[in-house]
Amino acid sequence: MFTDANKKRATEIVALYPKAHSAILPLAHLAQDQDGWLSPEAMDEIADYCDTTAADVQGVCSFYTMYKRRPCGNLVVSVCTNVTCLVVGGPEVLERLEHKYASDHDVFVEEVECLAACGNAPSMQVNYEYHEHLTPESAEQIVEDYKAGRLVARGVSGGLA
Amino acid sequence: MQRAQADGAYEMWKEVLRRADVQWIHDEVKASGLRGRGGANFPTAIKWESLPDNGLPRHLVINGDEGEPSTFKDRVLLEGDPHALVEGVCIEAYRIGSHRAFIYLRGEFALGADRVQQAINEARAAGFVGTNILGSGFDLEIVVHRGAGAYICGEESALIESLEGKRGMPRIKPPLPIHVGLYSQPTVVNNVETVCTITHILKMGGAEYAKLGVNRSTGTRLAAISGHVKQPGVYELEFGMTLRDIIFGIAGGIRDDKQLKFFLPGGASFQWLINSDEHLDQVYDIDDISAKLGTTLGSGAIMVYDQDTDPLLVAWRLAKFYAHESCGKCTPCREGSGWIEKVLYRMSHGLGRPNDMDALLDISAGISPDVMKAPFTQTTICPLGPSPVSAVASLQKWFRAEVEAACGTEAQA
Repeated sequence: MFTDANKKRATEIVALYPKAHSAILPLAHLAQDQDGWLSPEAMDEIADYCDTTAADVQGVCSFYTMYKRRPCGNLVVSVCTNVTCLVVGGPEVLERLEHKYASDHDVFVEEVECLAACGNAPSMQVNYEYHEHLTPESAEQIVEDYKAGRLVARGVSGGLA
Repeated sequence: MQRAQADGAYEMWKEVLRRADVQWIHDEVKASGLRGRGGANFPTAIKWESLPDNGLPRHLVINGDEGEPSTFKDRVLLEGDPHALVEGVCIEAYRIGSHRAFIYLRGEFALGADRVQQAINEARAAGFVGTNILGSGFDLEIVVHRGAGAYICGEESALIESLEGKRGMPRIKPPLPIHVGLYSQPTVVNNVETVCTITHILKMGGAEYAKLGVNRSTGTRLAAISGHVKQPGVYELEFGMTLRDIIFGIAGGIRDDKQLKFFLPGGASFQWLINSDEHLDQVYDIDDISAKLGTTLGSGAIMVYDQDTDPLLVAWRLAKFYAHESCGKCTPCREGSGWIEKVLYRMSHGLGRPNDMDALLDISAGISPDVMKAPFTQTTICPLGPSPVSAVASLQKWFRAEVEAACGTEAQA
């Protein structure tokens, strides 16, 4: 369920669009930032705001890879292995992080497509904040810094905390 | 905001409102020969001329869903100069008579979205956005909309679907978005870079802008150069340079003093070129490169690979991308991209079979009937389908012998 502050925010978001249905994506981001994932209850609530059914919201949200429909911890680490990162060490970064955090329920490591950071490849995002010019060691250090609170993370959907 | 204004931001927007002359904007942009910078190269002024006059509200949608592998030019604009985008949006909205503009950014651009939103807030506080802007009677609201990780939403009709809160699947055209777009109303969709360029065209004068560049490729564009070059990054290039000047001049040549093997002059979706004088001496010109070499400049990405790169591995990774991002609407793309990915996987991981290259060509023909021909033909609604076929055609054209050495030939089998 949205908190009172987010209920107000949700109403403001719906008002930005000529049709409430357009607000499904931004409201799903809002819910995911709040809860850490997109729960069936959240999709129910979004349906009410957007004047549609829960099934419709679920159908839309399941199309988009950024929406996590099960809890995935506080940190989403997205490592790019697309064609530029591929040839300058992206897969090695991914392998190191996947191995290291395989049983850590607080860190969700995923392989993603191009992040538009090819000039400084290899690159990754932690809760959609960019980190570039990586080595396996520096990538691990960055994740550790987030875990220890030395770096402040965005929400799981990239919103500001 | 103060720094942007010290650099002249919003001066042109004030000038536009002072002149209150829509035709002037149109004429200057038409004279400049500006073509869309998103990859389709459609002339911007012609798009405006196609707007129907049917009394329905018009929408302006800015495409910032930059997701094409190795394209990263728009991110530089969004994060580095958001006021330039806001000013461009204001001017274009004024030209087409739209009172609500949407800036669609890919979901991963959290920082870009924050900065653009902040720029809009500052512009509103200064009276450049909102109701009755600077006493002109013109109203404009700008909404920043984040996607959620779907490459296909960079296709304009899929983007509109996504903006309506639906799954991002391309629509059958016609009707074009310019006639029946967002909420079934006339909609102009432009790339971030295109909109930012309009302000500069008005500053320089359209005729002056058209003196830059060559032939019908006027002016400059942002090129994102990446891969095995010494100085990767985003560069503003004037059309008319040779590819050799770009790769070995601007980008500093190949790292570790290795040799160039092949490069992609127009992003991931188009055919590759190799280390030959014919290709390197090719002029950076939208129409010329497509007529002579059968590829395009696409979204402005240039990927460069050195002598030690396995072209099969690059082709496989591209195919994997398209297989993942296929929206699933058209059967040839949904099934074909997955098949191409599987075959390329085994070929690039030492499990290739003797007739795999021919199998690839056969599958490709189902998506793009005339595989080796460019610009490609397609059996799908949008151009995502034929995109992995470009990689297959490039392998066939330039690396058939290498592929056969890796996988054997039919005769040996």
